[in-house]
Amino acid sequence: MALKLSRSDDALLTGKHGPAAQRAMSIVTRMAEVHGASDLMDITGAHIDSTIYIGEAGLEFAERLASLGAQVAVPTTLNVSGLDEHHWQEWAVPADWAHKAHRQMIAYQSMGCLPTWTCAPYQTEMRPSFGQQIAWGESNAIVFANSVLGARTERYPDLLDICCAITGRVPAVGLHLTENRAGEILMRLVDVPPALQKDDSFYPVLGHLVGKIAQDRIPVIDGLAAQPSEDQLKALGAAASSSGAVALFHLVGVTPEAPTLEAAFQHRAPKREIDVTLDDLRQARRELTTAGGEQLHMVVLGSPHFSLAEFKRLAPLLIGKRAHPDVRFLVTSSRAMALLARQYGYLQALEVFGGRVTVDTCILASPMLPPEVKLLMTNSAKYAYYIPGLLGARVTFGSLEDCVRSAVAGRVVRDESLWEM
Amino acid sequence: MGNVIRGRVIIRGRAKGEVLVSREPLSFWGGYDYRTGEIIDRRHPLSGHIASGRVLAVPFARGSSTTTAVLLEAVRAGTAPAAILTTSADSFFALASIVADEMYAKPIPLLALEPGDFARLRTGARVRIHEDGTIVEEETSTANET
Repeated sequence: MALKLSRSDDALLTGKHGPAAQRAMSIVTRMAEVHGASDLMDITGAHIDSTIYIGEAGLEFAERLASLGAQVAVPTTLNVSGLDEHHWQEWAVPADWAHKAHRQMIAYQSMGCLPTWTCAPYQTEMRPSFGQQIAWGESNAIVFANSVLGARTERYPDLLDICCAITGRVPAVGLHLTENRAGEILMRLVDVPPALQKDDSFYPVLGHLVGKIAQDRIPVIDGLAAQPSEDQLKALGAAASSSGAVALFHLVGVTPEAPTLEAAFQHRAPKREIDVTLDDLRQARRELTTAGGEQLHMVVLGSPHFSLAEFKRLAPLLIGKRAHPDVRFLVTSSRAMALLARQYGYLQALEVFGGRVTVDTCILASPMLPPEVKLLMTNSAKYAYYIPGLLGARVTFGSLEDCVRSAVAGRVVRDESLWEM
Repeated sequence: MGNVIRGRVIIRGRAKGEVLVSREPLSFWGGYDYRTGEIIDRRHPLSGHIASGRVLAVPFARGSSTTTAVLLEAVRAGTAPAAILTTSADSFFALASIVADEMYAKPIPLLALEPGDFARLRTGARVRIHEDGTIVEEETSTANET
């Protein structure tokens, strides 16, 4: 099936709109050919994950596009960068590294993207609506947009995301098309106590397990008794897109394309059916921890970036307490959320507790932690998944309450009661 | 692994090297150190192996979208795998290879194998990959069946 280009696609590809758009269109069409697409289609928004500074090649790519005059054709948000633009000096970020990461920020901003600097663009005013065709990078954002909002994006890799934003076009394949959004694997919760289902820490653990089982298939989760909050769904998706390649999940009775089990599968039969037991979940929870109950150097929250609702939930847990002097307590969020949290009065308790907020980035995307930080605790499955490989450190997964208690105690303290029923 | 496997060409190219295979998908972000070519996902069966210059075979890229950016850095640093074999047309690896071609004229050959063929791969086999997608095991000191 040959790729058919529209007249305006052709104009982009032949350089009539300048060399940057030509280069971007060349990459988009080559990817369309890889997928055997017959057409390109319009998008109405993009989210750029390529902002994370990794090294010279990514910077060269961004600066070359910028110097060729690249401009995005659709409203485009930016993912986390490599540094907290205004506070990186307070951390262990090497100056040379910061300089390059900052050049990469400037390059993407110069293309007309909005400086949102967040991995949770769905928490901004640029949140897409149901059915909207978008090109999003950042695995957790992709799965949230598709699953929770019912917007439509493929799993866009870094570097392709910006090419789609510049051209406003994507290969018409995959999750952009209704027929490819049907569930494939049925995962049935069989003996998970309702009290656990209401707990925040259930969702990242379930997500970790869902990602491992589903891998690159679309899972349909049935049998949930609770009505999860948006932050709980965010945690589920972020976990599933770390342990697996999940870009879309359906939660029967909760997510917009799954009002019923039949609808989630688009009236087709599941390819596989699996019962998920409390035992499976306990095992998944164990896998998220690589450290024991020893000393703790840091508690980190906010992957994906903390929402206003999460700041609100955290604040009362901190009142009247102080973090242990040997434990750093950090929340990572976007500059917009942090500003709102301050205005709402949620940051005072955090500051009195001895905690801090970092914006624009996170501990995985910025070399901000001093080398002595080797034992971390988090309520995020995404942090727990990536900390060992990216930071060479050990990690313990716990609930938000566990994290606060442990920060006060200076060592890992976990309440196991919900998991032992 | 048998002598010849035919893969579907996703990104055309020639390569040779020692196979490094796992049935477990891999994220390059948090999974591949482009400075050394080491696989650093401590939960992955290939953790600690050096994939630089080898024919890396994983079913697909899981996890982070940043996999492509890390792979592009590896190409620039000279620590990328010699070729990548998957079970389906993986968009993350394909995009990294296309951009490596556009920027450095160094595409990474990328082939998609049938699951049955993928299962025949074994770590340590020395293979030569041809532009038409054939993967040929090279003679080793141990006698091959004829």
